[in-house]
Amino acid sequence: MVPGEYYLILSAALFVTGAVGVLVRRNPLVVFMSVEMMLNAVNLTLVTYARVWDDVAGRVFVLLVMAVAAAEVAIGLAIIVALARHGISADVDEANLLKG
Amino acid sequence: MLDYAWLIPLFPLVGVLVNGLLGRWLGRRVVAALASLAVAASFVAALVMLVELLGLDPESRSHVVPLYRWIVSGDFQVEARLLIDPLSIVMALVVTGVSALIHIYSAAYMHGEQYYERYFTWLNLFVLMMLILVLGDSFVTLYVGWEGVGLSSFLLIGYWFQREAPAKAARKAFLVNRVGDLGFALGIMLIFATFGSVTYADVLPAALSGLMTPGTATAIALLLLAGAVAKSAQFPLHVWLPDAMEGPTPVSALIHAATMVTAGVYMIARVHPLFEASASALSWVLWIGGLTAFFAATVAVVQRDLKRILAYSTISQLGYMFLALGAGAYGAAIFHLMTHAFFKALLFLCAGAVMHALDGELDIFKMGGLRQKMRWTFMTTLAGVLALSGVPLFSGFFSKEAILAGVYAQAGLLPWLLGLVTAGITAFYSFRLLFVVFYGRSRGERRRAEAAHDPSALMLVPLILLAVLAIVGGYLGLPHVLGLGNAIEAFLEPVFAGTTLTGHAAASSVIEWLMIAAAVVVVAAGAGLAYWLYLAREGLAARLTKGAEGVHNLLFNAYHVDTVYTTIVVEPLRSVGRALSETVEVMGVDRAADGLAELVGALGTGVRRLQTGLVRNYALGMLAGVVLLLGYFLARILIGW
Repeated sequence: MVPGEYYLILSAALFVTGAVGVLVRRNPLVVFMSVEMMLNAVNLTLVTYARVWDDVAGRVFVLLVMAVAAAEVAIGLAIIVALARHGISADVDEANLLKG
Repeated sequence: MLDYAWLIPLFPLVGVLVNGLLGRWLGRRVVAALASLAVAASFVAALVMLVELLGLDPESRSHVVPLYRWIVSGDFQVEARLLIDPLSIVMALVVTGVSALIHIYSAAYMHGEQYYERYFTWLNLFVLMMLILVLGDSFVTLYVGWEGVGLSSFLLIGYWFQREAPAKAARKAFLVNRVGDLGFALGIMLIFATFGSVTYADVLPAALSGLMTPGTATAIALLLLAGAVAKSAQFPLHVWLPDAMEGPTPVSALIHAATMVTAGVYMIARVHPLFEASASALSWVLWIGGLTAFFAATVAVVQRDLKRILAYSTISQLGYMFLALGAGAYGAAIFHLMTHAFFKALLFLCAGAVMHALDGELDIFKMGGLRQKMRWTFMTTLAGVLALSGVPLFSGFFSKEAILAGVYAQAGLLPWLLGLVTAGITAFYSFRLLFVVFYGRSRGERRRAEAAHDPSALMLVPLILLAVLAIVGGYLGLPHVLGLGNAIEAFLEPVFAGTTLTGHAAASSVIEWLMIAAAVVVVAAGAGLAYWLYLAREGLAARLTKGAEGVHNLLFNAYHVDTVYTTIVVEPLRSVGRALSETVEVMGVDRAADGLAELVGALGTGVRRLQTGLVRNYALGMLAGVVLLLGYFLARILIGW
């Protein structure tokens, strides 16, 4: 059986990739995908611990995170569509009306 | 039946609530009818209570009606209770009776005024508060009514609040009354501190038991006296009453002549044991009253404004009542309070009728010759003037006689002389008013004078009823010397029975007859002088005025008391206020507020940079936060922070 550490390392790598993607990429869709990647990295961590400690709670959490992610997809896509209607489809930094 | 006494204040309360909340939608007729009926019903209730009281033994004519427990705070407990006894029922009858007539008169007089329903709401509020004042059984209920009538007085003086003069007069009345009310409140607190109770039934019997040191007794009495002096417009706190004439005339009649201003007289009569317990308090009452009576009467002699004459006359007559109280002739004071309520309300309402007929003219020297055109008004005014001057067989004669007899027996010759001279001056200015307004030729605009006419029936009926009362009201208190019995003093006897002062049986009947003769002579002299100066030798008065301009100005300006107050109180306060508003306000308060705002603004400008509007920056911030938190927890685990 593959040891749990491997999964955790993979999950950490995925999470960092996602975080960096959110921070450095400007295309809204790519930012959005990176967010999904971070969520799934967390999911992977949860199922890993569920298996290591033989506890079903982690798996249940994963289901909850997936449900939230589905809702988040709906809202996120709506925001992206709204941005596109304002002519912002390539660069989220153009949406800076809240600048102080 | 006496347990139903709560009905007396209930009716005006209903009037206040209905007219105050729904009056705008009820229509003027309904509002006026409702307000008048409420007070009339209250009068009937009081009448029933009087009949009930008369059916009891004189000793047991005191009944307490519990309503509810009002204030409970440690040792301090106040029950809301009504006290029905001869004194309170006489007051309640005078208040509701005169009020009912004035409500009816107002329905016509205030016709065409804006805020009609507001007027009647406040008038009913006044009646309610006055009834609480006279019917309450403790100093705290007395105080509630005391402040309540002050409030309604303020509201009604300032009824035409869009104009400057009434608004100022209302403020002045309120502020001057506050000076006295402060003393009054302190007096009540001192009573509680001394006796541990604020109920008459606890305090008054204990007052003469020697519980108080002489100093405390005098302090309590003088503090209460301060309240009475302000409310009853006695020197030196009388200045608000002449200005209060800016209110509608029926209000002047009701509040500033017949009822509210007599609250001080009622209060002193009610708590007389507290005044008797002090060595000097009653002589203060006596001298304040006597001097005010004399001083205000002399001022009334030269006034030109119809309502101001009556206002100074009211101050003078209230001084008369204080004179009686100071001499311990409480029954006489209440008797004069009652007759004065009748004839002074009557005179004010007549003044209102004259003003109505002459488009609001107030200067008596622009009137004249109204006798034929306003026959009913003339006759009722005549009744009022005869009663006010104390012409024999009219009500004022009997009540003044009772006062003068009491003062002579108890306080000696000098206060009596003061009262006698005042009676002469009173006769002079009353007849001056009558002659100048109703006799001679018309001195005003011809068009106006020709259009003058008696008021409508709605105003005339109260005038006639009050005139009847002003004529016959005195027969309730016939002089002792006639031996026919003094109904009102006998009725009030149980309330004043505990007095330590000897009754005024001291004067022998010869002396009493002599005093009556002296009073009649003085009154006749005053009236004759008025006739001579203003009718027989027209123009003589004007020449005299020119000749003695200094005296005239001194009197016309009411001895410059107002000027003195303006110089020593109002102006210094105003300059302190101005100085504070220019320095502390600008340099201190404004600076502090502005500085605080500037500080926050500067901070905001600095922190504003953080708000870039870029989503990714915020995400970085979140990440940094998470990393810091994780680092912290890791560090705790690894190195055991």
